[in-house]
This record gives sequence, structure tokens and C-alpha cells, in this order.
Amino acid sequence: MSDTMADLVIIGSGPAGLAAACEARALNLSVVLLDEQSTIGGQIYRSIESAPADRIDLLGQDYASGRSLASDFRQSGTRYLGGAVVWNVSLDGTVDYVVNGQSDKIIGKHVLLASGAMERPFPISGWTLPGVMGAGAAQILLKGSGALPTGPVVLAGCGPLLYLLAWQYLRAGATIQALVDTTTVSAYLRAARRGAGALRGWRDLSKGVKLLAALRRHGVPVFSGCTELSIEGEKRAEGLSFKHRGKPVRVSASLLLLHQGVVPNTQLSWSTGSAHRWDPDQLCWQPVTDAWGRLGKTPFYVAGDSRAIVGAQASAIQGRLAALAIGERLGIVTDIARRAAPLQRLLRRHTHIRPFLDALYRPKNENRIPHAGSVVVCRCEEVTAGQIRHYVELGCLGPNQTKAFSRCGMGPCQGRLCGLTVTELIAQARGVEPSNVGYYRIRPPIKPITLGELGAVDRRIPTEIASPNREEPE
Amino acid sequence: MGNQRMTVVGGGLIGAAIAYGAARAGTRVRVLDQGDVAFRASRGNFGLVWVQSKGGELPRYARWSRDAAKLWPALQKELLELTGVDTGLRQPGGFWLGFSDADVRARFDLLEGLNRTVGEIPFQIMDPSELRHYLPGIGPAVAGGSFCPLDGDANPLMLLHGLHAGLRHKGAEVITGVDVAEIRYDADNGLFEAVASDGQRWKSERLVLAAGLGNARLAQQVGLHAPVIPSRGQVLITERLNPFLHYPTNKLRQTCEGTVQIGSSSEDVGLNDGITTEVVERLAHRAVATFPALSRARLVRAWGALRVLTPDGFPIYQASVSCPGAYVATSHSGVTLAAAHCFVIGPWTCGLTEAPPEFDVFQAQRFSDLNASVSDAR
Amino acid sequence: MPAEPLFSIPRSSELETVTITFEGKPLTVPAGLSVAAALLVGGVHEFRSSVVGQAPRAPYCMMGVCFECLVEIDGVPARQSCVVAAQDGMKVRRQIGAARLDDVSFGDEP
Repeated sequence: MSDTMADLVIIGSGPAGLAAACEARALNLSVVLLDEQSTIGGQIYRSIESAPADRIDLLGQDYASGRSLASDFRQSGTRYLGGAVVWNVSLDGTVDYVVNGQSDKIIGKHVLLASGAMERPFPISGWTLPGVMGAGAAQILLKGSGALPTGPVVLAGCGPLLYLLAWQYLRAGATIQALVDTTTVSAYLRAARRGAGALRGWRDLSKGVKLLAALRRHGVPVFSGCTELSIEGEKRAEGLSFKHRGKPVRVSASLLLLHQGVVPNTQLSWSTGSAHRWDPDQLCWQPVTDAWGRLGKTPFYVAGDSRAIVGAQASAIQGRLAALAIGERLGIVTDIARRAAPLQRLLRRHTHIRPFLDALYRPKNENRIPHAGSVVVCRCEEVTAGQIRHYVELGCLGPNQTKAFSRCGMGPCQGRLCGLTVTELIAQARGVEPSNVGYYRIRPPIKPITLGELGAVDRRIPTEIASPNREEPE
Repeated sequence: MGNQRMTVVGGGLIGAAIAYGAARAGTRVRVLDQGDVAFRASRGNFGLVWVQSKGGELPRYARWSRDAAKLWPALQKELLELTGVDTGLRQPGGFWLGFSDADVRARFDLLEGLNRTVGEIPFQIMDPSELRHYLPGIGPAVAGGSFCPLDGDANPLMLLHGLHAGLRHKGAEVITGVDVAEIRYDADNGLFEAVASDGQRWKSERLVLAAGLGNARLAQQVGLHAPVIPSRGQVLITERLNPFLHYPTNKLRQTCEGTVQIGSSSEDVGLNDGITTEVVERLAHRAVATFPALSRARLVRAWGALRVLTPDGFPIYQASVSCPGAYVATSHSGVTLAAAHCFVIGPWTCGLTEAPPEFDVFQAQRFSDLNASVSDAR
Repeated sequence: MPAEPLFSIPRSSELETVTITFEGKPLTVPAGLSVAAALLVGGVHEFRSSVVGQAPRAPYCMMGVCFECLVEIDGVPARQSCVVAAQDGMKVRRQIGAARLDDVSFGDEP
């Protein structure tokens, strides 16, 4: 057991974590960065260090910009622990993790949670069939191994990542059977009302529009404003049916890539017991932090997409700001206002468009909260929307009660793929706001680890695990 | 008696069982429950329906546990038929496992003594080769074990769910979100008034305090004494595994769903229901020592819950003398004793039956009796 | 129903390879892939049958979050194939239902 201590322990090696490490090292803080992957870059810069030149070119400039950050990180002098699965964080700054099959721990005077985002679940009929994956999964295959769909692929949903993937596939010569876009016309109008942010947003929007035009030019069927998406197939995905301009459409596909945005990965922040708020624009839970990212009066900071979806550039800036704030707490930074000002200006520029994007690409209610009772909500335990509604009728007020009765959320994914759906389902069934309903109580282990990994420390078999003078009652 | 109303303070395993027992006996019952903000001791209940080794220092408790286990199938059947809720009761017998010869010998002495004084609590001490017939895959660290055919397990949350559903079926009223601050007794009319912290109040001729940790404060208000303190138990649960363990053991059991539940600790930490890595690691280590194949099982969740413990670990069941019609009930074995709480305590607190025989031993006077032996080892 | 792999890697003949087996049949794929990627590229469509309803399942997120990509690797059941690197000689099998621990004899290395 190495009981080492560092000024800053960072969990996650995406843009927020890497940038925070660089900034903190520049202040001469002792920094340890833990990441469960064995290569750095998180999801957005996955495989950035090993990607060949042609793949970097294919993936685009946003991806390529991760290279300099990665190289700065390598030169920063941060102690890097790859393949380290964090399973618990404690309020005294202890971070418990498993590496190489053994449990170990490290103590940080401060701990930065930078575990990024994950794809929003897409609970529609048939979404659990083989052949249905997230667009993010397809991106991982592309980034990590250059893999492309062999046959025609259908992309469905909304959001910049979906269009980006379509563009990358187009450039790589993959065949796109159809792009089934669920963005609504009214979303454009709502987004346009988002004032100043809309100005910058129109640039992104026009990028999206140009992309859709390019797809159409290449003969890719693009359906906009689609509703009632439903995946067909017995043992595997065979097709996607939906409504387009009121008419039913069906496209064949054995590979379906779904996407309706990304959401913060809040398991770690929830596990600290800190307050979270439901954001009605991003339709997700966000940890409540101060301007620097600190959770209450704890030693924890949150930066990047795991705090709220802000994108790679803004995530990196938040990482740097958190590092500065930590440097100030340690008495090393005495002029934080001066140092932070340019970063804060940059951050505002990068986040101005967020409300616009959130409004434009707001995932439709029907794709977040299934109408049909037969749709599986909890993939691990195969609990359906109908079952959750039934338990609400029986009097369950929140996800922890429905969990107790249905096992929804008790599988190995620990609620990651069902949590948001269940919160919104219960809120809708009860006729209250999601903030009223709450979320699963997140307990360690943050990631499932084996009992062997946990108990690997050599010790006498404890027959009593009790306070003195108290036997364990049977 | 038929017209009497009963208020049960506390809708956890103890309160719900007693209330159900009273309701099915024809009394008008209302249950006042804190709701989901409660510490909910049932979350910490391991789910064992356990007889062996109970009441080593109190034979009456051994009999109480034994009789409760025998009543359980009737409760399971009744709740299933009435509400459709399956409590998951299984009574194949259960095992205590020991890691040293000295522990196994001590176990024999304990169980042999119990069977002699109390009777009808059969047991069998087994060596590792015998254990392996029932518990294949048991590890070499296990030195021996004891088997009792009366033991088993159930699902504590399903039991609670079933009891609440049963209460609804019997026309009882369950009011949640209630924090009872005070009990008032009107001696002239023999009426109790439960007053909530938000001012709501309820009157009744009978009152049962089953408020877990809250009993300590409330009992005094009706001439009773319930010195309970919290004892934290940390529990681990794995992913679903293919069934391999067909008997519950005292520290480890495989549920109907296939998950393996591992427990537990016993810590004096006040009202802290969190987990500690030290205990979680030790529980994991002990589980792997018991069944080495579990080293590959993935832990999905660890949690702490607060047991409600009396100083000697035995229940308090007592009728108030100064405020007739008031009772206090507390026990940390809400699952094992559930059927007894329903079928015996329920009618007793309604005034329909006399106190069960030799029930004086469960009164709280034992904690202030200076001549009574104080056992630290319980 | 198409039997072709859902994904393929362009110019993979130019790359170094590893050979694993899936359900006893050899699969040769470019080196450096996760087991999940290797199986997808190797033409596998169903990775496992689900624990509760025995439904066919396959990878969904490819980043270790969804636990759909579980397969048996070298005798160890229910491993997340998207976080394990495919190595020469690995024996991979479908994960049928919940992990069986009792088949693993005491003394096997985890």
C-alpha cells in the first residue's frame, strides 16, 4: 500500500485533466493523474498519441488540437497512473483505485474530478439489439483502430457529434444508408431566441447545414424532423422505422448509430454527497460548484464536461482555472485575478454558444422518456418503462425506491445508462420537476471491481469486523 | 376492543409487521412513517431468517427466534395470496462458518448448550469435507461450520413492501413524511395523541412505538424506557452470478436474483451510514477466503445502514404501566422475527391476547438492574 | 441476414496482426485493438445473452460504461471486452447469462 500524498490528484485524462495537470505543474504543485484507460486523451482525444497522420486528418482539426496538449502533459512532470480504476473518493482526499489487479490509494490535498461526459441514453424500442450502438462508440472505433462500417450504416438522432461522424464517414468513403435527424424546426426558432450566443452559434449551425447539404449531394438520404423512431429486428437490428413529415418510413440497416448529445458523467461527484442541480436546458444533473469548480467546502473540484457540457476547449480552460484556484489555496498563487482573467474571457467566448446549441439540439421528449411501456429502460436488469410507471402508481416517489422494488439501476453499469431516463420518467409520471425526484444514491465502488482486487492485501482473515466490545449481531 | 384505534409510530420492518398483525386482527390501525428520509434499518438487514446461536445468554430469546422461524411460512403464504408480493422466503437450513478449530469448538459448546436448555433447535457441526457436500467451492481457510435446518433467508425490502401492501389491503392507514415529535397521554380518557413536528396530530386508544432509533426519545413520554443506539453495518453486494450457493451462511448468502450479499460490520459510529474502505476491503477479503472463486465476482455496491441495538442486543417488548395501552417494540432482527411480530405482538398490542409467556425478560428494567450481569461479549 | 462484419479496417493487410479464437474458431485482426473491436471486425454480432431475459446483446458504448460487451476471455467469465487489449492466442467465448464462478477451480489466476 503506497500511502502517498500529492497537492493535486486528478481523475481523468481528457482535456480538463490534462490542462489542469499542465497548469498545476507550472505552479510546481505535486500532481498525480489517474485514468482508467492506458492511453491519455479521454474520449475526445482518444488514441491521440498513436493516431497516424491520415487518421488525424480524417478526424478533423478539433481532434488534432489535442496533440499539443498531450505532448505538454508528457513534459509536465505529472506522475501518471494509467489503467487505474478509481472506485472510491473520500472527503479527506483519499482516492482508492485498482491497478494491475490490486487495490491501492493516494491522498490528495485537492482532488480534481475530470471524468468527462458520456452519451445520453437513447431508450427507444429495440435499442438493446445487437447492431445498435452509440455514435460515440463508432467514434471510438474510428479513433482507436480506424474501423469503418463495412456496409451501409444508419445514423439517427441529433447533435453536432452525429453530423461530425457523418462527415468523417463521408470523407472516409463509408456508405451512409440514411441520416435520420430528430431536430425539429421549432428547435431552430427556440435556438435563435438565445440572443448573443446565437450569433456565434450560426457559424456552427451553418457548418451543420453545409454538412447536411454535402451529405445530400453525395446521395445520402437525409430525413429531418423525424419522430416515432423504433428499431426493428428479432435477434439483431434489421431496420429503423420512423415518421417523416407525417408519413411512415422504414430504412434497412444492420448497423444503427444513435446519438442525442452527451451528458456529464456525475458518478464521482454524486458519490461525494455534494449537491447537484437539474439543468432544464441540458436536461441532466450537474454538480453545484463555485466559479472555480469547487464542490462545497470539500477538497474536490470538478472541471470539464463532467460539470456541465461545455466542449473540449472550455473543459481545458476550466481545468486550468481549477488548478489556479488550488494553487491559491496552497498559498502559491497570490495574483489569481490577474492570471485568471484571460482564461475567464476565453471561457466565456467558448461557452457563449452553449445555450444556443442546447436549445437547437435538445433531444426530443419521446426519445428520452419512452411512451411505450415495453421499452427497456434499465438494460442491465431489463426493467421497462411500464414497470417504472407501475411502481410510481404504487407510491414510489423516486429512483431509490423504484430501485429497491425493481432492481432498476442495480446492475453493473450502476445506473449510468438508465439514471437520467428513470429520473425523467418518474417526474413525468408524478407530474413534478426532475429536481423534485432526485437521482440514485451513488455509493462506492464507482466502477465495479472484483472482490479479489479489493481484498488483495495480505492479512489475517477477519472473523470479527466490529468495534471493540461489540460482536457482529446475527 | 373492536372500536379501538391504534397508532403505530414507525413504518419499518418492526412497525409494519406489528401494524399488519393488528390490522388483520380487526383493529383500526394507522402507521406514521418518516418516509424515505428515514434511516430505514431494513436497508441494513442482511435478510437472514436465523435461529442457530440466537439467545446464547437468554434462552427465552432463543425460543422466540425458533418459534418465529416456524411461523414464517404462514406469513409468506398469506402476504403472497393477499398482495401478490413474494418475500422470497427460503428455509433450506443455514451455515455458520468458522476459521479456526477453537472457534468451531466454541460454536459446538454454544449450540449444544442452547439445544439442551431450550430444546428443538437441532444443529450439526461439520468438518470441511462434510461442508463441501453442501457448499462446494468452500475455501481451505474454513476450519468447520455448524448447520441448523431451521435457518433460511428472505428479501427484507420485499418483506417491507409486502407488509405495506398488506396494510393497505386490510384497510390500515399509512401516513408518510411524518416526524413524530411528541406523544401526549390523556389519563382521564385513556387517549394518546401523537404530535408531528409540523403540528399534525392523531389520537388513538392504543399506541405502539416502533420508531427504531426514535424510540429512545419517545418511550420516555409514555413511561417506558428504550435505550437504543445505532450500530452501523456495512454490506457488499455483487453482480448477479449463476447460482452456486444454495444455503445462506451467516456472513454471505446468494439471493434469489443471484447476487451475493456479503456482510457485515458492527461499528459504533453514531448516525454515519457511509462506508469505509478499510471495512469494505476486510469484508471482501473474508468473502474470498470463504469462497475463493468469489475473487472474480464484481462488487457492484457497498452501503452502510444503522441497526437499532439495545445494550445487550436483545429486543425490548414492553407494555406501559403508567400509560396503559402504550407499548414499545424494538429489535434488530426485523426479518427473522417478522412473523412473530405479526401473529403474536400484533394481537397482544391490540389488547386481544395476554403478553406472551415469560415476556418479562424483554422489559427494559434489565438495563437498570444493577445485579444483572453485564455482558460485553454480546 | 448479412454475415459480414459490422466494421472493417481499411488496408488491414498492411498491418501487423494478432490471432485470437472466438468459440473455437480463429480470428485474425490488426494488432492494437480491444477484444470488442477485434470481435466486431472479425464478424461477431452477438457477444452474449443477457442475464435476466437471455436476450442477445452486443457492444453499445465501447468505453466501459454499458457492460454489454461481456465475454469470457481465457476462461474468465463476463469480462468487458472493450477495455481488454486483444492478444495473440486469446480464447474468447460468448458469455451466456450470468457469470459462473463454480466452474473456475481454486488456484486459477484471476
